[in-house]
Amino acid sequence: MAKPKLKEHQIQTEWCKGCGICVAFCPKSVLELDSQDKVRVARPEDCICCRLCELRCPDIAIEVIVEQEGSG
Amino acid sequence: MPVKDYIRERFFPHLWCPGCGHGIVMNALIRAIEALGLSKNEIVMVSGIGCSSRISGYLDFHTLHTIHGRALAFATGVKMGLPELNIIVPMGDGDALAIGGNHFIHAARRNIEMTAIIMNNRIYGMTGGQYSPLSGYGTLATTAPYMNIDHAFDVVQLSIAAGATFVARTTTYHVQQMTDCFKKAILHEGFSVVEVLSQCPTYFGRKNKMGSAADMMAFYRDHTTPIGSKKKKENPDLIERGIFVQKDLPEYCRAYDTVIERAKGKGQKG
Repeated sequence: MAKPKLKEHQIQTEWCKGCGICVAFCPKSVLELDSQDKVRVARPEDCICCRLCELRCPDIAIEVIVEQEGSG
Repeated sequence: MPVKDYIRERFFPHLWCPGCGHGIVMNALIRAIEALGLSKNEIVMVSGIGCSSRISGYLDFHTLHTIHGRALAFATGVKMGLPELNIIVPMGDGDALAIGGNHFIHAARRNIEMTAIIMNNRIYGMTGGQYSPLSGYGTLATTAPYMNIDHAFDVVQLSIAAGATFVARTTTYHVQQMTDCFKKAILHEGFSVVEVLSQCPTYFGRKNKMGSAADMMAFYRDHTTPIGSKKKKENPDLIERGIFVQKDLPEYCRAYDTVIERAKGKGQKG
């Protein structure tokens, strides 16, 4: 199976409470908190689509969208 | 987003504090249910009182938000009446083992098919950080400002001794293991207990100087180990996680059907 390719991180900004769990445990340091303490995708090119941010978000505020196979 | 099919979006953002582990438990539970392909109409979620029990308001199943400690008693009633439904009972540590301690051991003893999820944050969060039966010796709480001298229950040992036929422990750091435990617990034909170590950064973490929510999760990463690992032999203080018990014993509702059949048979003879 080919490696999944990132399309985008869908972030529900109003639901994000800025706890920083996704930022702390991203294995590739893709995410950051902005000046409003909301999650921001700082380095999308480094994302390996492991979805750990999505799975560990207590606020269900992040979804990792990957490119559909064959469309890229 | 498939996760959104299972929540009541009008109540979001939820009221749990930033970094609360209960949100991660909810997240993993949704994914387990989605992976099992269960219909929302076949699930009844019964909760009691406390931060953890708010989960029944956020998820779009048949839900009952009942009284403190008595979620398992209400759930027993639902299951006896409609045994074809899947019953999930999320509880906090105090709700399950202090206020509801007796309901818990007797539901386990009967082996009635339902999934009890104990979201163990070692504190009463909603009411201001009082110590719970899971806080443990030497911890600090609003009601134990100098030191808590109560020893904690071991949820796994207690559940096994009470007769639960599926017993697992995991943490909010180990999200994939948590989803896996939930899937197996829901499928298990008997009383299932899943203890999830869940951080309360607002009270337990703050009182005990454990840092941020992420620091508390890193603590779970560094202080837990898979059951029977080599690391556990080297450091007995590590907390084991995984599935401790998974066995088949007669399930309560099915056994009750047998009683009904026997009673009918006797009636015909007489």
